[in-house]
Amino acid sequence: MIKVEQLTKKYPGVTAISDLSFEVGKGEIVGFLGPNGAGKSTTMRILSSFMPATSGRASIAGHDVFSDSLRARMHLGYLPESVPLYGDMRVSEYLRYRGSLKGLSGKKLRNRVEVVKELCSVKDVENQLIATLSKGYRQRVGLAEALVHEPDLLILDEPTIGLDPNQIRQVRELIKSLGERHTILLSTHILSEVEMTCSRVIIIHRGKIEASDTPENLVGQIRTSGTVKVEAKTGSDDPVQMIEKIPGVKNVSVNMEAGWQQCSIRVEANSDLREAIFRLAIARHWVVRELTQERATLEDVFVELTQADD
Amino acid sequence: MSVFYYSPIAYIVLFFFLILNGLSFWFAIALLNRAPSENTVVQVFFNSAFFWIAYLLVFPVITMRLFAEEFKLGTIETLMTAPVRDWEVVASKFLAALIFYLSLWLPSLLYFIVFGWLGNRSAIGSAGQLWAPYLLLLIMGMFNVALGCLASAFTSNQIVAAMISLVLTIGFFFLTLINYVVNNSSPLLRDITAYVAQLDHMDSFSRGVLDSRVFVFYPSMTFLLLVMTYQVFQYRRWRA
Repeated sequence: MIKVEQLTKKYPGVTAISDLSFEVGKGEIVGFLGPNGAGKSTTMRILSSFMPATSGRASIAGHDVFSDSLRARMHLGYLPESVPLYGDMRVSEYLRYRGSLKGLSGKKLRNRVEVVKELCSVKDVENQLIATLSKGYRQRVGLAEALVHEPDLLILDEPTIGLDPNQIRQVRELIKSLGERHTILLSTHILSEVEMTCSRVIIIHRGKIEASDTPENLVGQIRTSGTVKVEAKTGSDDPVQMIEKIPGVKNVSVNMEAGWQQCSIRVEANSDLREAIFRLAIARHWVVRELTQERATLEDVFVELTQADD
Repeated sequence: MSVFYYSPIAYIVLFFFLILNGLSFWFAIALLNRAPSENTVVQVFFNSAFFWIAYLLVFPVITMRLFAEEFKLGTIETLMTAPVRDWEVVASKFLAALIFYLSLWLPSLLYFIVFGWLGNRSAIGSAGQLWAPYLLLLIMGMFNVALGCLASAFTSNQIVAAMISLVLTIGFFFLTLINYVVNNSSPLLRDITAYVAQLDHMDSFSRGVLDSRVFVFYPSMTFLLLVMTYQVFQYRRWRA
């Protein structure tokens, strides 16, 4: 559905993305992650043919986004980060206007406008001026607009930014249900959302792809070097010194709280040191109230990949 | 692009325009009532100060939002990722503004028709004398609307766009006056200003005398301005 080859975009003095290549297949929901300024929006803007790349190629459904831009745009529903809308139009008016701009007319247009209003639950504000809508409604109107011409591909730039937890959940459900019929490329900072909705994740950092895999595989890779948490009363012992003697421990940091030593232990790959720590605690008569191997999350993957060389 | 009629500003413009037009018409009638005159109502109406003030002020107001607003709201991004060509956007915005501008003159046309209908046929003059000024309004309007489009494409701020277009429109209008200000102006200068003299055009058109220079100069300048608008628009969009 999307094919990006050696895409590079340079702004005066800055290289926003360099030599980016990836593909998104039909029916995938791909999460596009990266720190602010990593080049996510730039990539999306090029894909939506809003601006040209400095070099490289990108195509949507086989149509080059630059040389065959109109046909590429026909296949695309795009929701920019800021969700720009015309404040002095009413919701229905706006959707009708956008629908006709995207080539719908007559009965088909009326139908589609009704369908997307229903789908994005903006039916109850259909006659309101867009300027008077809350952030959550604006976001959903934007989404309805992106969907109005039944595009095969949706590109959503941070669709859940600024929403409250309930609205985030609604939008997430919506995206999930859309994924059954549309290919979706979405960027976000809410990683739990990606874990729940996306079939694949692309992490970019400083304009380069750092990882591209399913969320499970990414988390699996990082779980191999994890963290063990111990909370214990160690009496006169210095827990740092003693734990560091256990083979496989990388480093230990300690935090004292009301008599309890809270140790955070970084361990080497593929090792579970909980047993060794348990034995140590028994031998030294420590009182232990917590001993856990922390599950790595996509957040850990994200942090590790995007902070490594800062 | 029907965006114009969705906006409350359109109705405010319409309202004030009607007032100015009404004043202008009333002024024309009043003047003709005071003393017998060789001029028709049409002539007096289209050559009054009220008319020119309304005429010159209306362009910045109509055109200031066209592009500036899209850049400001960021709707340029959704607009240009819809399957529309850049020149289509420029052309349709220009046409929308032009149509709105023309619709502003409709009520005044109604004044004349009703006035003639009530029995003062001779005070209106011939049909040609009535239609010629409207034709001129269309042709000069095209040029000034295109000027406004260009001004609006330059900036993301409506007020700045309005100021640029006001300065350009009025500056262009005042070129006419060079001949009145400069004594013994050279024939060359007079020839040049004859092309841009909107006051003089109106003077002759409202008498029913059509000047062919007008039909060449304004449409070609309009086209040139729209091409420039297109270039500026595309440049700003790609830099965005």
